Amino acid sequence: MSRRKITVAVTALNAIDSPGPGVPVIRGLKEAKTFDARIIGLAYESLEPGIYMKDLVDKVYQVPYPSAGIESLMARLEYIHSRENIDVIIPNFDAEMFPYIRLEERLKSMGIHMLLPTESQFEERHKINLPEFGKKYNIKVPESKAIYSPDEIFKNGHEIQFPLLVKGKFYDAYVAFSAEQAREYFHKISSKWGLPIILQQYVKGIEYNVIGLGDGKGNRIAAVPIRKQYITDKGKAWGGISVGDENMLKLTDHFIKSTKWRGPFELELMKDEKNDFSLLEINPRIPAWVYLAVGVGQNIPEAIVQLAVGEKIKPYESYEIGKMFIRYSWDMIVDLKDYQQISAYGEL
Amino acid sequence: MHLNTYNAIHMKIKTNIALSESGFIFNPNTGESFSLNPSGQLLFTMIREGKDFAKIREYFLKHYEVDDSIFEKDFEDFTHLMNAYQMTEPDEQA
Repeated sequence: MSRRKITVAVTALNAIDSPGPGVPVIRGLKEAKTFDARIIGLAYESLEPGIYMKDLVDKVYQVPYPSAGIESLMARLEYIHSRENIDVIIPNFDAEMFPYIRLEERLKSMGIHMLLPTESQFEERHKINLPEFGKKYNIKVPESKAIYSPDEIFKNGHEIQFPLLVKGKFYDAYVAFSAEQAREYFHKISSKWGLPIILQQYVKGIEYNVIGLGDGKGNRIAAVPIRKQYITDKGKAWGGISVGDENMLKLTDHFIKSTKWRGPFELELMKDEKNDFSLLEINPRIPAWVYLAVGVGQNIPEAIVQLAVGEKIKPYESYEIGKMFIRYSWDMIVDLKDYQQISAYGEL
Repeated sequence: MHLNTYNAIHMKIKTNIALSESGFIFNPNTGESFSLNPSGQLLFTMIREGKDFAKIREYFLKHYEVDDSIFEKDFEDFTHLMNAYQMTEPDEQA
């Protein structure tokens, strides 16, 4: 008996030094036990590696950047849907979450499902709002402050002590040990990601992350904590290991239950010398190391699709502790005609 | 009785901490891993088996070229690290 087919469109097929989650999400979908996934890649640039992985991706379309506005994106998705009959879209970039949240109802009316946080969930966990978020939900977060001018760094002094983290609203973070350094990073990050810039108290400790999935009703569907073992200069985990710390799972449950989080997320945590966890960031999407969760027994991409199409599923109760992921880069050999095709026509 | 001696007697290694044949230890709570040399492996095993400090010291003084004060210092360092890396039951770390 053949299994049902579900067509899933996936973004973030890039793989530079801060790799996108698209390819590992697709690997999870291809290993789904409850359906056969037909994958539509949604790419922004013609050199995103996932475009050329023909064993993983059935068809690829270029889509406009979020900065082009939601109507441009909608028009493109309507065109792609008319050709491919998409069942589910899994957006994987921070910067595209907001446009997709805004389009959710319109896409749903076309038969395209997603599992995204609500707009208020998305906004209140934003880096800019993290201090209020911590107070509201009784979660320990470092002191932080959003600034719009480098002059505010010098005014800061009394609230946040050096060293501090200078963070972009979507990406990038640098540790600054002086106001001069902070000013330099302010300009570096704001020129790329815009304003505001977030100053956050640096917490010394060991970095842990949790990938999780909430059903929007306060229930945890999946959660896997890891310790980052190998961290790049971008702060990205290039190697990690699943751990069994109950405190992290309790914190994750508290987060899901109190926010009624809907969809996948990543909690970035720092454990200090007193073994207390501080929540540094909440990413409202799947992290690039998601395939470790699949590898330890929690196929989060599969569960996202099931929940998105309205299926009731049993939460994952366990995972293998002590499994590692070690990232690797792989040089593919690509025909020029494929590159020409995606560059000229926006489809491959 | 020396404080460390007292600690050692009451020290209990968490049951989920495993020592492999090659001397590799993985702490599943923290994700940290360590490699022990043969004498470290023996020390770990004896503590896990619940042997008290006097018995462990007696064994090491008999089988290794080590004097009492050096063994006691090494033992203290070892148990201190095990506590610091959260490999012992919290109630026993006082």
